[in-house]
Amino acid sequence: MSSLRLFLTAALARTYPRVAWLFRSNSWMIQETVLPVLAVAAFAYAYQAMHAPPAYTGLVVLGAAMTTFWLNVLWGMGAQLYWERDNGNLELYVMSPAPLMAILTGMALGGMTTTLVRASAITLAGVWLFEVPIQPSSWWLLALAFVLTLAALYGLGMLLASLFLVWGRGAWHWVSLLQEPVYLLSGTNFPLTVFPRLLAVVASVIPLTLGMDAMRQVLFRMPGVFAVAIELSVLAALAVVFFVAARGALRYLERRAREEGKLSVRWQ
Amino acid sequence: MHPPAIRTHRLTRTYRKARPRRWPWSRSPASADTAEREFIALKDVTLEVQPGELFGLLGPNGAGKTTLIKILTTLLAPTSGTAEVDGLDVVQHAQAIRPRINMVSGGESSGYGILNVRENLWLFARIYGVPTAVAYERIERLLAVVGLTEKASSRISYLSTGQRQKMNFCRGFITDPKILFLDEPTLGLDVTSARAIRAFLRQWMQEKPQRTLLLTTHYMAEAEELCDRVAIIDQGCVLACDTPANLKRQVQKYPLYELRLAPGTNGWSTLGQLSGVHQATATTTPTTVELKVALVEESVIGAVVQHLVTTGGHILSLKKVEPTLEDVFIELVGHGLNDDTAASWNQAPPSGGP
Repeated sequence: MSSLRLFLTAALARTYPRVAWLFRSNSWMIQETVLPVLAVAAFAYAYQAMHAPPAYTGLVVLGAAMTTFWLNVLWGMGAQLYWERDNGNLELYVMSPAPLMAILTGMALGGMTTTLVRASAITLAGVWLFEVPIQPSSWWLLALAFVLTLAALYGLGMLLASLFLVWGRGAWHWVSLLQEPVYLLSGTNFPLTVFPRLLAVVASVIPLTLGMDAMRQVLFRMPGVFAVAIELSVLAALAVVFFVAARGALRYLERRAREEGKLSVRWQ
Repeated sequence: MHPPAIRTHRLTRTYRKARPRRWPWSRSPASADTAEREFIALKDVTLEVQPGELFGLLGPNGAGKTTLIKILTTLLAPTSGTAEVDGLDVVQHAQAIRPRINMVSGGESSGYGILNVRENLWLFARIYGVPTAVAYERIERLLAVVGLTEKASSRISYLSTGQRQKMNFCRGFITDPKILFLDEPTLGLDVTSARAIRAFLRQWMQEKPQRTLLLTTHYMAEAEELCDRVAIIDQGCVLACDTPANLKRQVQKYPLYELRLAPGTNGWSTLGQLSGVHQATATTTPTTVELKVALVEESVIGAVVQHLVTTGGHILSLKKVEPTLEDVFIELVGHGLNDDTAASWNQAPPSGGP
């Protein structure tokens, strides 16, 4: 079997448990759709009380939907290799002829699929409940911004997964520590233009920030930190950089983990 | 000319225990942390396993068996020495080795609880590139071998430990590896399942003569029944490596007797003081004391019996026995493999008795 075919076969096989989970786990609908919509409601009513433009409610709905991807990247991608090691699956993947990048790609594809369903449910519920006006300047541009945001986010997730492999719980604490600042800096519930310019530029290193800003500009015709074209170009560049860095990091860290005996949970 | 299926030369693996992180405001003394904390899991292990061999590794917990398997399955790098699998170096050619091998560890908890048995096995077949139709055909066959067919559609989160162990056993064979590593494959299985698995192992080896199997086990009888050759390993060192028959011959020079004593008998703890007693091992159970004595010559058994009786012992039975691999193990290591409650000594008894 050619390496490319094995890569795709392994990636699709690893996608399967995540997609199966979507259909077999009954709790996600409440935990990951109803609860985020409640959080959206709090901000939506606050904006309505302040007589903010209806687009502001849309901005919160989009923020809630995109946050599900961010959480999936952090805990479903970044921490996943750590979980796989605890379960004993990681050593089976490492021992197999399939490259670990294929396994990570499978996790990313599965994560994207399941999170897309959740994010869509949140978006539909939010738009319907709060009558969010949807008038994108271009559906194609919106789709491109969405795809590039996911590519950059999941590229970052692959990189985080490599780091988790060696840092274990240490990486976990760092991610926990970063979670709230990232919510703030990505402007989940408010437009980024309220930030001082310098802070907005610094926050743009986070793919979620750039992606949401681009999508908000297209969807609600609001002003953004940069022009949409620039934001999309940076997102594409970040996706490539994260993917290449993840590949290199995974090779290096796998070698290091083999030397230090960290691929197998028995010796932790 | 085929290369050996497995070859190691002076293979050593050392673990360095990480020092606890110390913060500047920490008050505890640093002296305990400054000492170098190393643990030698394998020391100068040299082994050769030929294609077609069913090779056994015997050793107590912490002997280094699993470390050796981890190195051979490319999961762990050696600290020094070399290891080759199918003629390929485990460090330089790890990627080339991987399609040829597989491993099953006893008590492993791999798999995804949300998937059923068949789906889990399918997944692990696919990452080796096994076509779906072939995978399903092998899954059905293997599940029948381990008696898990009726659970094929059950989520593995609903399986018992033993059933999960059976599923993992199937996982090892589903990729049809050239060299298979089984680390305690029958651990925790019921007698019938363990017997079926042993029968399958023999059949699997006979199907293709080039297949090689390296097995670690705690069960001496299993090793004796299955293995062409056995290596006895303790504290990271290989103490002996030969066929079970040859290994047993090594201890056959000492006549072996097995005595069952009534509980409360203490005289056996001083047996080692008797001249002519080469080695004695006792295993205490709630109902009896099982004593095994190796004598320098047959005639010493009279003195042994007399000693036990005069020290208040009550002998329930006495018989001469043929040596087993366990006796070989005791001879080499100085204690039994499984017996936490056992005490043994070699000529000089422990002070105060066990």
